[in-house]
Amino acid sequence: MLVAVSSLTVLGAVLGVLLGFASRRFHVEGNPVVAEVEALMPGSNCGQCGFPGCAGAAAAIAGGEAPATCCPPGGKALAQSIAARLGLDIDLSAVADAGPQLAVVTEDICIGCCRCIKACPTDAILGGAKQIHAVLHEACTGCGNCVERCPTEAIGLKPVPLTLQHWVWPNPARA
Amino acid sequence: MGFLDKIFRPLTRSEPWGVHPDERKRPASETPIRRLPPPPLLYLPLSQHVGAAAEPIVRIGQKVLKGECVATAKGNISAPVHAPTSGEIVAIGPITAPHPSRLEMMAITLRSDMEDRWAPLEGLADPLARAPEELARRVAEAGIVGLGGATFPASVKLGLGHRSRIRTLILNGSECEPYLSCDDRLMRERAGGVIRGAVLMRHATGAREVRIGIEDNKPEAIAAMRAAVDGHADVQVCVVPARYPMGSDRQLIIELTGIEVPAESRAADVGVLVHNVGTAFAIHQAIDLGRPLVSRLMTLNGEALAQPGNYEVLVGTLVEDLLAFAGGVRGEPARLVMGGPMMGLLLPSAKVPVVKGCSGILALSATEVARDEPGPCIRCGSCTRACPVGLLPLEMNARIANAALDAAVALGLHDCIGCGCCAWVCPSRIPLVQAFNHAKGELAAHERDKKRTDATRRMAEARSERLEREAREKAEAAARRAAERKAQKAREAAESAASNSEGAPA
Repeated sequence: MLVAVSSLTVLGAVLGVLLGFASRRFHVEGNPVVAEVEALMPGSNCGQCGFPGCAGAAAAIAGGEAPATCCPPGGKALAQSIAARLGLDIDLSAVADAGPQLAVVTEDICIGCCRCIKACPTDAILGGAKQIHAVLHEACTGCGNCVERCPTEAIGLKPVPLTLQHWVWPNPARA
Repeated sequence: MGFLDKIFRPLTRSEPWGVHPDERKRPASETPIRRLPPPPLLYLPLSQHVGAAAEPIVRIGQKVLKGECVATAKGNISAPVHAPTSGEIVAIGPITAPHPSRLEMMAITLRSDMEDRWAPLEGLADPLARAPEELARRVAEAGIVGLGGATFPASVKLGLGHRSRIRTLILNGSECEPYLSCDDRLMRERAGGVIRGAVLMRHATGAREVRIGIEDNKPEAIAAMRAAVDGHADVQVCVVPARYPMGSDRQLIIELTGIEVPAESRAADVGVLVHNVGTAFAIHQAIDLGRPLVSRLMTLNGEALAQPGNYEVLVGTLVEDLLAFAGGVRGEPARLVMGGPMMGLLLPSAKVPVVKGCSGILALSATEVARDEPGPCIRCGSCTRACPVGLLPLEMNARIANAALDAAVALGLHDCIGCGCCAWVCPSRIPLVQAFNHAKGELAAHERDKKRTDATRRMAEARSERLEREAREKAEAAARRAAERKAQKAREAAESAASNSEGAPA
């Protein structure tokens, strides 16, 4: 009994030290570019790009598997900053800036189930059980995660209307 | 150094900036100001100024008197809106904005009762003995904004006086845009009021001197102002050469004080404040008579117009009504412009209201807007000579055409005042200033996107923090409950053991 216990203990200790040493000695550096790209991303892990969260998207962009323009909430600004960081040439005209969108609750069919609240990556939806929910427009990124969760299709995305404050003179070169 | 500087100054000085477009101020400038009677309907946009939109304080159906406040300022940089005539509020909602975008803006609609009755108003007695803050407050309550076209709330600028030690107050009467002559007429006919406003503003800002810059193509205005200024030792009328854009505040400051306002700073940082002469007159009206800004002088000009001239117009009047009063237009005007021809805005239709910052309406005929197709840049450098701030418009345009906005910023895009001299002189008719305006808008949009992304990241972090906290609290609560249950069980066990032991001997 004592022999078995002590031999296994010794074996465990030796192998543990060996593993610890190996993990230090043969450590593979993570790609620092991925971390930098991830820092640029919105970080809401909304999943619109099709990758598992912003970290996944950052890895894919840094690895060249995804275009710099794949993040809809980040829009043109993010695409440009990523392209500048990675030294990529991007065609911004291809960025489907379908324009910013906002989630809107149709109040007469909202049943107050709270499912959308749990899905929102930025805590932009207000409400309690059996209370009509509302969206804080300043906090909504238009990711659409809430839309699928709604059992009554009461929540949907609507484009943000263009206002005078956001209007930009057209480019005369393209006109 | 000073000596060498003196010798070489004539050599090193660049050629005069700016351009000399055909003035075309006559015959409008020679007709006296006419007052437009109140139109049947007035549309009062809630944002006629730089800053946050005003907030309506009236209900539909409410009767208001002329000069009554219908929307209050909201936030630090904002301005209230007043009823320009007496009548009834009939709607509060979106209308087409006087803007080339054809977008909508919120406005209060007022149906005039045609009586034009003033609300009881009271001026400030002996304003020069009052605290400067009180004057600034009165100006803020009167909804006065920069009437030269910038529409920055005037009281905010007056308030800068004490924070940044204003030495010189400049009144801008240069009116360098072609076609416009409302400031000219104002100085000719109401010089006393303008000077009074200047004295009040000097008191409110604590400036030591007032200089009034007037271009040398307005001899009558110069004479009238000189006559009115008599007796005010610290108010001086200065004649400046007629050249576009002399009315730009930075250019006028250089001309009158020799100081160049550095990039990315304001005139107040170098101890100078520039206000339009129209603003000075409005301040005189607000302080001495208690009248808020409900009307302004406006030039109606252009070949398509039957009776060009200067009119005192209630804010909120439809351009359509204004043109009809001025004898209507001959045929269809090729272009309707709000403001001057160099920096004015193209109007989508005549069914838009005039706002506080509107210095004129131009109905231009087809011959006046003849436009050639742009050709390639021949690198003649005309635009660099014309640029009043010494930029390289041709280089900036090349960068912008290739979407290299950062390179354009490095060349000084943010210092561009958008005066349009470059596009005006360009022999190839390249839309230079249009490209710069587009680029500035794009940069502002990027800035907004970036802020939004940062805000999203903060919110996502806050959420994950919240989820962690909730999980932790749940675990703690569960542990607490488990401990309580355990204690309870132990207690029960002890009690039952005790009762057992008590009952055992029996």
